[in-house]
Amino acid sequence: MADLRVDFCGIKAPNPFWLASAPPTDKAYNVVRAFRAGWGGVVWKTLGEAGPPIVNVSGPRYGAIHAGDRRVIGFNNIELITDRPLEVNLQEIKQVKRDWPDRALVVSLMVPCTEDSWKAILRQVEDTEADGVELNFGCPHGMSERGMGAAVGQVPEYVEMVTRWCKQHSRMPVIVKLTPNVADIKGPAAAAKKGGADAVSLINTVNSMMGVDLDAMTPSPATGGYGTHGGMCGPAVKPMALNMVADIARTPHLQGIPISAIGGIETWKDAAEFMAMGAGTVQVCTAAMVYGFKIVEEMKTGLAAFMDEKGYARLDDFVGRAVPKVTDWQYLDLDYAVKAHIDQDLCIKCGRCHISCEDTSHQAISALKDGVRHFEVIEEECVGCNLCAVVCPVEGCITMVPLQPGEVDKRTGRVVGTPINWTQHPNNPMRAAEPAE
Amino acid sequence: MSDTGITAGRLPPDDYARNFADLHPPLDRYEAKVAADRCFFCYDAPCMTACPTTIDIPLFIRQIATGNATGAAKTILDSNIMGAMCARVCPTEQLCEEACVREALEGKPVEIGRLQRHATDALFATGKQLYQAGPSTGFRVAVVGGGPAGLSCAHRLATLGHTVTVFEAQKKLGGLNEYGIAAYKATNEIAQCEVGYILGVGGIEVKTGQALGRDIHLGDLARDYDAVFLGIGLAATNALGIADGGFAGVDDAVDYIAGLRQASDLSALPVGRRVVVIGGGMTAIDIATQVKRLGAEEVTIVYRRGPAEMGASPYEQEVAQTSGVTIRHWAMPKALVGANGRVTGIAFERTALADGKLTGTGETYELACDQLFRAIGQAFVASDLEDSLIELERGRIRVDGAQRTSHPKIWAGGDCVGSGSDLTVVAVEHGKQAALSIDSMLRAATAA
Repeated sequence: MADLRVDFCGIKAPNPFWLASAPPTDKAYNVVRAFRAGWGGVVWKTLGEAGPPIVNVSGPRYGAIHAGDRRVIGFNNIELITDRPLEVNLQEIKQVKRDWPDRALVVSLMVPCTEDSWKAILRQVEDTEADGVELNFGCPHGMSERGMGAAVGQVPEYVEMVTRWCKQHSRMPVIVKLTPNVADIKGPAAAAKKGGADAVSLINTVNSMMGVDLDAMTPSPATGGYGTHGGMCGPAVKPMALNMVADIARTPHLQGIPISAIGGIETWKDAAEFMAMGAGTVQVCTAAMVYGFKIVEEMKTGLAAFMDEKGYARLDDFVGRAVPKVTDWQYLDLDYAVKAHIDQDLCIKCGRCHISCEDTSHQAISALKDGVRHFEVIEEECVGCNLCAVVCPVEGCITMVPLQPGEVDKRTGRVVGTPINWTQHPNNPMRAAEPAE
Repeated sequence: MSDTGITAGRLPPDDYARNFADLHPPLDRYEAKVAADRCFFCYDAPCMTACPTTIDIPLFIRQIATGNATGAAKTILDSNIMGAMCARVCPTEQLCEEACVREALEGKPVEIGRLQRHATDALFATGKQLYQAGPSTGFRVAVVGGGPAGLSCAHRLATLGHTVTVFEAQKKLGGLNEYGIAAYKATNEIAQCEVGYILGVGGIEVKTGQALGRDIHLGDLARDYDAVFLGIGLAATNALGIADGGFAGVDDAVDYIAGLRQASDLSALPVGRRVVVIGGGMTAIDIATQVKRLGAEEVTIVYRRGPAEMGASPYEQEVAQTSGVTIRHWAMPKALVGANGRVTGIAFERTALADGKLTGTGETYELACDQLFRAIGQAFVASDLEDSLIELERGRIRVDGAQRTSHPKIWAGGDCVGSGSDLTVVAVEHGKQAALSIDSMLRAATAA
């Protein structure tokens, strides 16, 4: 049976499935329930500095995009950091860590951008014997207007400065949580590394507005007739998170920094994909909020079954395995060619492949054969774009079949088998005399 | 409760309402959304091709999915003004739902019929009228028969600006929707509700109690109107082919169903204890199922051929069987048995196919019954046409692809024409096509 234990920048846990800093980790009651359910760790919902408690709206905090049958595929919130007194949180953290010593307990923090504020809270967290801290540089709503959260995370200099303070004033591992609301995730990631961060976690939520109420003519959801942007998460953000994780994992000057991946992780498969892309642990929020803590059971058993099937004994055996396969567009092989193939036995004749190709792409799928409804790829026109396979409702009915070396691409008339990328391509006016790789 | 003979009130009062409730209860909004989400929005959708009225099914389903049920209803009614009744009575399992690609994928088609009902119900609930009579052309068209074909024709003609008079022999419009369809398929007065909606377009005058060949005459209509549409259905029922012995208790299924549909109190309908139905079509299913639900203890359909040859679809056969009706195949009536002037049983001879021809095997059996229904098909009554202004074909009116008869001013459609399939939806299409043909003929005449 695969070994799911992790050692993430010195923080040990029985499995890589952690709950992200969010409503499910706001208090001992929930965290204990999560640990009972089998979660490997939690990042305790963000603590702020001592003083008057945070005030949340009492209107809707959450909004969602639903797919068919009300499945939540996108989720956003305007909740702030914990609104419970600091002392209560600290006491509970201490007690929970004492009761659950084998689980990872990381504390998320967000205080004003002064060294003293950070120094003070770090000392208090250290007293709880928590395993580490995560710096919330990502929260995109409310706190950012007060100069915290994303307001820090969007300025690499601030990221570096605060990270450095934290490393100076604490012996605990420091994880820097990154906001996706930047043009290039590598900037803040590099700043975190430069400041001495032990790890990064990403992504925090994406700036978003979930909808417009067409009766009230307000954003939806709205609080007292007005709405504001929130932070979006859930399955819909996974591709964006995966890209940012890959960006960090494959960039030479960032390589090696441990990554805790966050963003739309609902199943073992989502988790395995992030881990293949370089993540040492994953953090989950939306799925736990939608389905409850029990989902971790599916995640653990699914991941273990996958590892057993593939012969991976430990997580390290496959973490980062897909990273070397991420490259820039200019290095993709322009000689490589695929053609769509429709399995006529599986085809249900809905015609979606035909109409999508006809209206969008290359008019490469015919709809009739001998006067009968029949869908077939015209290889002379097919550019191998994959749209037909994407829209086909029958899994496995349309496959993209690679042309083998020596075969002729009927569309271009070229014989396949001589790899060439854009840096080498004769049509590229900027091409180097010698291949760039 | 076990009285022999034909008796009313066989059931406890509450059972009638339960037994005659909707065969397919309406989808609520959530169910409709889930059902609509299953539609793949196919290209050149097979369901649409399978629909005799070519309703744009993927479009109306998408409109339901996006919360535009009224728009969905308009999509339906633009192609089929009787979309509400068709949603209830169409053999969808042999038309749109059979063609649905989900049937090929998983053997479970999108519930097109129920979604269509959802949309049309939603429209009727708003009371909103989507159609109005077109600018008047000055032409007058006589429509004979207020059933699906006639009403469909009348509605389309009205929207095109023609003045229409509908002549109906019965007291109410609707034809078989009102007098023939099983009650559990047309609950809550939906047939009359739909008739009301159709007439709501304006420009349609209705004359009931007007029978062709008795109160009105085809020659007069052809003379007095610019065009005539005949949607007169099948006025007669076929005979058993054996002597009925003059026994009481031998009834005509069509008449009984008409009485049932018009009854205000189902418990007042007399029904036998042991009932035999002769026939294999929809009428046989409808009479058998309904008398069972009225409290008949034993109901047996006897059909001279096998299940595959029955006019009623496998689904309809199942409806009868799950209602407790027994269906016996391969036997034909041989002789009625009676006592004291009442039917007490019927003798059958077993049948078989010999060289593709149905023949009696000589083996007989007898079923006891106190009520016997003939449901062996209906026949066109040509004599109503009188002067034979128009040609017939195989005993019904001959029409071309545009529903034109051999007379230049007379069109026909529905069950009375040779190409009829006895489906409501086909009758609606006939009426629509006839209206379009009449319209282009009249406009061409004006232009000339």
